[in-house]
Formats: sequence, structure tokens, C-alpha cells
Amino acid sequence: MSDIKDIIGRLCPSATFEEGDCLLVNVPEPDWFALAKELKDNRELDFDVLSAVVGMDWNDSLGVVYYFTSTSHKWDMLAVKVAVADRKNPMIHSVASLWKVANFQEREVYDFYGIKFINHPDMRRFFLRNDWKGHPLRKDYDSNPELNPVPLDDEKNEDDTVAYIEQPDGKVLKVPAKVFGPDDYVVNIGPQHPSTHGVMRFRCAVDGEIVKKVDVVSGYIHRGIEKLCESLGYPQILHFTDRMDYMSAHQNRHCLCMCIEKALGLQVPERAVVIRTMMDELMRISSHLLAFGCTAMDLGATTAFFYGFREREQVLDIFEKTCGARMSMNYNVIGGVIADLHPDFVKDVKALIAIMPERLKEYHKVFTGNVIAQNRLKNVGMLTKDDAINYAITGPSGRGSNWSCDCRKKHPYAAYDRVRFEEVLETGCDSFSRYMVRMREIEESIKILEQLVDNIPAGDIRAQVPKIIKLPAGRWYQQVEASRGTFGVYIESDGNKTPFRVHFQSPCFNLVGVMDLTCRGHMIADLITIGAALDFVIPDIDR
Amino acid sequence: MDVKIKSMTRDDFKDNEYIDKLVEELNASGTNVMVGKLDQLINWGRANSLWPLTFGTSCCAIEFMSLGAARYDMARFGFEVARNSPRQADYIMVQGTIVHRMAPAVIRLYEQLAEPKYVIACGGCAVSGGPFKNSYCVVEGVDKILPVDVYIPGCPPRPEAFFYGLMQLQRKIKVQKFFGGVNRKEKIEEFFEKHPEERGLIDE
Amino acid sequence: MFNFGIWTSELNNWFLSFMPDWLTVIVECVLIGVAILLAYTVLAIFYIFYERKLCAWFQCRLGPMRVGKWGLCQLFADVFKMLIKELISLKGTDKFLFKLAPYIVITSSIVMIACLPWGRGLQIIDYNIGIFFILAVSSVGVLGILLAGWASNNKYTLIGAMRSGAQMISYEISLGLAIITIVILAGSMNINTLVAEQNSAWFIFRGHIPAIIAFLIYVVAATAETNRGPFDLPEAEHELVAGYHTEYSGIHFGFFYLAEYLNLFIVSGIASMMFLGGWMPLHIPGWESFNNVMDWIPSIVWFLGKSIFVSFIIIWFKWTFPRVRIDQMLAFEWKYLMPLSLANLVLMAVCVAMGWHF
Repeated sequence: MSDIKDIIGRLCPSATFEEGDCLLVNVPEPDWFALAKELKDNRELDFDVLSAVVGMDWNDSLGVVYYFTSTSHKWDMLAVKVAVADRKNPMIHSVASLWKVANFQEREVYDFYGIKFINHPDMRRFFLRNDWKGHPLRKDYDSNPELNPVPLDDEKNEDDTVAYIEQPDGKVLKVPAKVFGPDDYVVNIGPQHPSTHGVMRFRCAVDGEIVKKVDVVSGYIHRGIEKLCESLGYPQILHFTDRMDYMSAHQNRHCLCMCIEKALGLQVPERAVVIRTMMDELMRISSHLLAFGCTAMDLGATTAFFYGFREREQVLDIFEKTCGARMSMNYNVIGGVIADLHPDFVKDVKALIAIMPERLKEYHKVFTGNVIAQNRLKNVGMLTKDDAINYAITGPSGRGSNWSCDCRKKHPYAAYDRVRFEEVLETGCDSFSRYMVRMREIEESIKILEQLVDNIPAGDIRAQVPKIIKLPAGRWYQQVEASRGTFGVYIESDGNKTPFRVHFQSPCFNLVGVMDLTCRGHMIADLITIGAALDFVIPDIDR
Repeated sequence: MDVKIKSMTRDDFKDNEYIDKLVEELNASGTNVMVGKLDQLINWGRANSLWPLTFGTSCCAIEFMSLGAARYDMARFGFEVARNSPRQADYIMVQGTIVHRMAPAVIRLYEQLAEPKYVIACGGCAVSGGPFKNSYCVVEGVDKILPVDVYIPGCPPRPEAFFYGLMQLQRKIKVQKFFGGVNRKEKIEEFFEKHPEERGLIDE
Repeated sequence: MFNFGIWTSELNNWFLSFMPDWLTVIVECVLIGVAILLAYTVLAIFYIFYERKLCAWFQCRLGPMRVGKWGLCQLFADVFKMLIKELISLKGTDKFLFKLAPYIVITSSIVMIACLPWGRGLQIIDYNIGIFFILAVSSVGVLGILLAGWASNNKYTLIGAMRSGAQMISYEISLGLAIITIVILAGSMNINTLVAEQNSAWFIFRGHIPAIIAFLIYVVAATAETNRGPFDLPEAEHELVAGYHTEYSGIHFGFFYLAEYLNLFIVSGIASMMFLGGWMPLHIPGWESFNNVMDWIPSIVWFLGKSIFVSFIIIWFKWTFPRVRIDQMLAFEWKYLMPLSLANLVLMAVCVAMGWHF
């Protein structure tokens, strides 16, 4: 750890350090961009992945906490805190030019906190309507519903955007711009469209059938979960995680529980750890089966969808018996799991393990091997490894670009350090690779289940936790490998029973970030394919 | 007159009083035999051919997909012809939270549906805002912006609950009156009263 | 084998016995019109039900079950509903063309249905260029689709219509070439002659290799012509919402829907007429008693049976294959299918010239 401090201290003398969950660097705003450049480009540091961007309001100042990881070094995560005291017109330098993933992330921060990012090309709101009054996550936000009544008309001036460009003399100039030119033929896809997998909206400039530019308009299911969390106790905020990425409900909740347990210093009983791991893998199977079905359906092969769902029902049965629900299981709790396994659990899981290899072969026969499917998926939506890292595309989509980014391998948690499984990588960088990663990951999940199903230790399912859970003051960041990529939870506590700030770093948020990059030059039909292969879940993006 | 749904007895349904009241109201005015029989035929057609609009915002939409999949197979009821274009659909099943940004789009979708059209609020979020009720940008129940016919509670509702809700909708349709009740004519007049400038631009 | 011509000429004579010529013609026209429309509706209903049940079967489901026994009344319910559903008229559309389009589509398919050889002596229109006429009429349907897409004033419908135009024009070439291949073998374009020629054996057997290739080309091209999967790009649900008929509601949409299924029947009918002997029973030269048994089955059953079988194949690949992309589809036609059918045409011409056929 000390050498990072040395290097950063050398590069940026004004930086101060805070030890905690991971090393936190405090940087004054004027030096921030120079340091960011060094973090990215300096070979000694090489923090090429921007894992999370968390907007913050510390009452006396506004700011952002960035979390970095490095693919080449064995560093732990590094946090950088940038704060500005000006609440009227807060401005921070944008790092969107260094880490492309910051583009949307900074728009989110702008939306929530009103922090304007200097040199960001497109400073629009991300989740809320452009006529929204106020920035909801600020502590001084006026939540009077009369200020923002339920709108009944469409948004005006959707094409208008603005950039804050820093002039050579240091002055920041507000430059209005348009998203699309007057000659662009803009086709609106969504928010109500059968293949956007929910209420996503893409505005595409097309030339004939060729997509020239995609403008992602999000927020059609933005429920303000992060704000809601700030007024609820820790056990109460758990249930939101099941409703963000409902296809990785267990993993998301696992992550939040782990983050809270880490803060409390709580030891989870072995039995609960194994159960959680198994549930995570079952969830992954169910999610990938749905992804398979939806990919097939979006490509027009309706029947394959039904085959995927047939096996998914079997997984849901296992969930239902133990957790009591098919979806939104609410199973993990702080310190363990809420209920013990159903007596049939082992039998059911074994039945699933027994049939899956056969069924996967059937899928490949019905869909993967089909020449039309291959032509539709191969060489569509190319995303190179460098782009995947720069856009922080994790999960099966990142591994489809040959980026080894599996959290289960990199930072083993739960029972993943004691099971043998392979990190699935594909080198094609196209939609087909992403699809194949998912299919092969089902096999790996089956392998993990196979190793665990007979070795579920006996014992408690839950650790003793205090009635009222209060986290000590501090900040924690925890990642798990959810079905669609690395899911992160950031909790900042001021010692109360409600969190000061909770941020969910969802994998799908980054996935939509590459829609523009991957779709350009492809056809409208490919846009659907790319979306299907990236497999984003909209409520996870919007939160 | 009782409303019959195949292989479901009256006791299988809750909230029979509501349907009874509707039937009573309709019977009070009395009807011609011919018209009544024709009405029954039309309602039989409508009730058994409910084509949904594929519209889902979150988790409930996945359960709706399960509803279409092999185990629950809503095709048995003839509901499987999910139309992507609202012009061709019969009902909109609001599956998931409706937030401020989405609200105008939902209203537009509803307006794009051809008459007769129905709205089902599906899941806690659509019924009342659900767990997100206190949020700054969530519409507290889709009934704030659309006239809802059937509420299906749950988070998400089980597929069986979906069927129950859909059968309730069938019952409701079966007591409607085509001749006089659910036509659009009056509504067009109301519309023109509100928007006089549109007269002539739209066919009547 | 029973000749339906006996009945029809009896009827004609009976009419003539008490009516003047002109009135007879009018009455017969009306009767035939009613018969066609009736057949059209019944077939459409049957086909929709057939496809829904079939796809349910492919997908391990049951399909419609609750309306009537095995869901048999499901389609009637759908029709009732569709008939009284509101017809939305839209601001900013070309109202005349918007309303005209579904009728053009449905007219073209009704005219085609009149040309099919339903059974021995059961045929309505027959020219010496019968098959040519069918091809010509089938192109009119595209016009309706183009109009629908254009008049709706919607970007999705416009893209759908343009795709449809490109697709139909391209695949008509292969379709025509496949048919011409058989016309060379038969030496006639007259539908009656075409069917009568297959008395000894169906063309697919008589023309052996080139005929089988032509049949395969025909099935592929016909699938594309009817906008069915994997070539259902004009209405590609997951890309263009509902393609060219996105803005249509009620019975206007119903017309497109019916025409889609009827076109499926028509292309299957043409396939059975050109390749599988039309209403001609399966005759194997030399097996007299077998041929006699086959002759006992009424000709209309043969024709419908064959058509439904060909439709089964087309439905089968709709529900199995993913959808192709527009550039792949056009490349497939112009790079592979058309050259292949041209070569096949030459092969057939050589076969016929050298007498290398049965």
C-alpha cells in the first residue's frame, strides 16, 4: 500500500490519504484532472478501470468518489475523493476523455447532485426529465411534490444539450449543442418497444438501414432507489436490490449484505456462505437461460425462447420451495439467509444438474448451430478488449471480449475460493462470443453446484445480529459477480441506523454505454442483436 | 344472470358483489332480446380474444413472459397473440413501476389503443407505487393516470394470479353492453369539446 | 375420379333453362364470388388456428384450449372481436391510401385464390397463361403493403414497406424462374394442362433433379414472398414493432392478418399445383390397383392435403429459424438463389431437350 501512496504523493503533492476499507486519496479539484491522467497513463499505477463513480453531498461540500481498479497490477481498489465547496455552481473536471465509462456516470452525478463536469461533451440529465426542478439526492432537495407534478406531456427540446468547455485562460464557457443535426433521420426506438428489454429508449440517426448514431435516453424506470435508501434502516434497504436487476436478485442482495457485514465485522456461518453461493449460481443459470431465450426471440427464433424458459421454470421451482417466491426472493439477510433450505433442495438441484448438459446440447442444436443465427451474431457489435476495459464492460459481455474480469476469481468471496471452476473467456469480441460466454457459464455454474450440493455444512444459517443495526462511520465498497457483470455497493455511514449514502454500481449501466460504439455502422436489426447479446436489464440501469 | 367463465365456479372468484352490482345496473334498464343476445355474442368474442400489448417495465414483465412460456401457457385462453403495436391490442397490462418520465408515454400508449380497451394494473408498483411509493419520481399507482379495470397485487404476482386477474377482466367484459355502453362516439364528442381546433382534422 | 365439372355444367344448364344468358352470367358471378369469399374466410380461420396449434406443439405448449373443444372456437371469438374493434383514423396520414391499402392486399390474394385448381373441374379462372397471371396478380399485393407503409406516416411502417418492396421484387425473380423451370417441363402455362400433365406422375418425380431443386428454390422464395419467417422482415416484430401495419387497427389490421395466412395457403397451393400434381392423386405407373385406390380419394382432398402439407413445412421453419437481416436476405437472393435457379433452368431445358425425364 505504501508504494501507491508514495507514487501518488510524488505526482500530486496536494493529495492527502485516508485509510479505510481501501485507500482513499483526497484531491483538491484543481489538481484532479492531472492526477487522473497519471492514474490512467502512468505505467507504475495503471488504473485502467474506473469501477465506480459515486456522487456525494457532504452537506458542507459536494463531490465525487471514484473507485479504480487495475487490470495489470495486483493493487487493491483505490478510491479518490474530489470535493468542491461551492454549492451554487459546483464544477469538477470530467474524466470522460480518459475513461469512457465516466460519460454516463458523470451525467448521472449531474442529474442527482447538479455537479457540472468541465469538458464533458454532453451535460444532460440522465434519469430525470430535462424540465425537472432540483437535484434529488442533494441533502437540501425540496421534495415538495407540487414542484414536480406527474407530467402529462412529452419532454420539450430533447435535442438540446450543453457542454462546459474550459478555455485556455481557465474560464469555463457554457456551449449549447444539439444531439442530432438537422439532416439526421432519427428513428425513435423505445421506451415502449418489444426488443429493448424494458423501457429503454434509443434515438438512432439512420441512413437507410445503417445506424449512424445512437443516443441513449434512460430513466423510464428510474425509481430513485438510492434516495429511498437514505431514509430506511439497513435491513429495510435490502429488498430494493431484488428489484433492480431482478435477474440477479440473489447476487445483488448478497453484495449488499456482504458490504454491511464487512462494515459490522460480522462473521457469516459456513452454512449460509455455501447456501448463498449456490443460490447465486442458480440465479446465474436462470438469468443466462433467460438471456438465451431473449436473444433467440429477438432474432426471431421464437421456439428457442420456450426451451430456455422450460428449464428456467425448474430453477424457479427450487427458489420457490426454499425462498417462497419465484422472483424477488428476499432470501439473503444481514448475517446469513432468512430461512433454511427446503428438504427437497438437494434432490432438486441434483435433478437440474442431471438434465442441464443434455438441454444445453439441445439449445446449441436448435439455435447456436443455426447458420442464420451465426450470421446474425458473428462480427456484429465488435467491442475490443481495450474498449471493454475503458468502458468497464464486465461480466459475460466483457469476457466475450477476452477480458478476464470475473470477480469470483479476482477477489474470491463467499465459497468461490474452495470450488474449482473456469473463468469463461471468448476471443471473438462480437455478439456471438458474448452469447457463447453465457452458454458456457451455465456449464461452469453447474460444475460449482455439483461440488457444493453434497457439501453443504450443517450449522446456523444466520449469525447473531443486533436488533438495530448501526454501521460505524466510514465508507465501504463491495463487489460481487452478478449475472451481468460486476455489481458494486457503496455505503457511506455517519453512524446512524440509516445510511448516509448508498450507491449501487450496476453492471448494466455500463453496458448501455457501449451501445453507441457498438451499433455505429451496423443495421437497425443489428442494434436489436447487440442489445440482446449485451443483455441489459433496464431497472438495473435506472435503479 | 351470472357471468360464466369456463371451469370456474362463482365461488372461485372473490369480489362477486362488484360484478353483481354491475349486472343489476344493466338489468335495471332492461334490454331487447335480440340486442341482448347480440351483445352476449359480441362480449363472448371480446372476452375470449384479449390480445395484450407487450408492455412491461420491470420484474412483472418477466413473470408475464413465464405466463406465455410452456408451463403456464396463456395461449390456452387465447391471450398469446401479444401485439407490439398498441393499435392492435385490446388491453394494456401495466407491469411494473410507472415513473414520471414514463407517465406521458403510458398515457400515449393508452390513447393509441383501439376501443374497447382495458387496463390491468399488475404488481404492487402499478397498483400503488409499491415499495417505491415514497420516491420523488414514482407515480403512486397507475390509476392516477389511467382508468384501471383490474388490479393484480403481488410483487411480482404469480402466474396464477395473472390468470385470475385476466379471468376477472373477462367477467367484467361479459357484463358490458356493446350497444350504448362502451362505444367511442360520445367520447369523440367530449374530445372535440375539449379540443375544438382538432375538429375537421380527424375523421369522425 | 369424380369430376366436379359435371355439377357445375348441370347448374349452368339449369340456369340457362329459365334465364337469359346475361342474367346467368351475373348470377353465376355472384355465386362464385360468395363461394370464394366463404372459402377465403373459412380457410383463413383454419390456417390461423392451424398455425397457432402447430407452433404450440413445437414449443411444448397446448395452444388455444378453452374456447370450445380444443379451442376450436377461438378463432371465431377473434373474428368477432376484430370486426367490432375501433378503426382508428390518424392525423397526418394520407387517408385515402391508408384505407385503400388493406383492400388492395386482400383483393390480390382473393384473385389468386380464384386461379387455383381446387379439384377436377373445380376451377374458376383459367387462361392459357394461367400461371403467369397468378404471378402478375401476386405482385399487386406488394403495392398494398407499400401503400400501407407510406400512408401511415410512421417511420417504422415506412422502413417495413421499403424492406417489403426490396424483398418481394428480389424474390419474385427466383419464384418466377422456379415456376418457369416447371413450365418448360410441362410445355404449358395453362393450369388445367399443368395438372392434367401430372396424371402419370407428379412433376417433382418426372423432372427429378432439376424439379426437386426448383421445388426447394420455390419453397424458399415463396416463404420470402409471403413475408414469413425467416424472411419476415417487413413486419419484423422485434425490430419494427409490427412493420408496415403498425398503425392499422380493427378489421383493417384483420385484412392484413388474413391476407398473410391466405398467401401462405396460396403459395402452398401453387407449390402443390406445380410440383405435387395439384388435385391429381398419387399415381405410380404400373401399380394399377394402387392408382385406383388413390383415385377414390376426392380430388379436393388431395389438393387441400398437399397444400396444407407444404404450409406445414413453411410454418415449421418460421418457428424454428431466426430472422435474417436485410442485407443477408438480399445477398442470399442475388448471389446464390437467383444464379442457382438460372442454372437450374438451363439444366431443365437440357433435360427436356434431351428427353432425360420421365
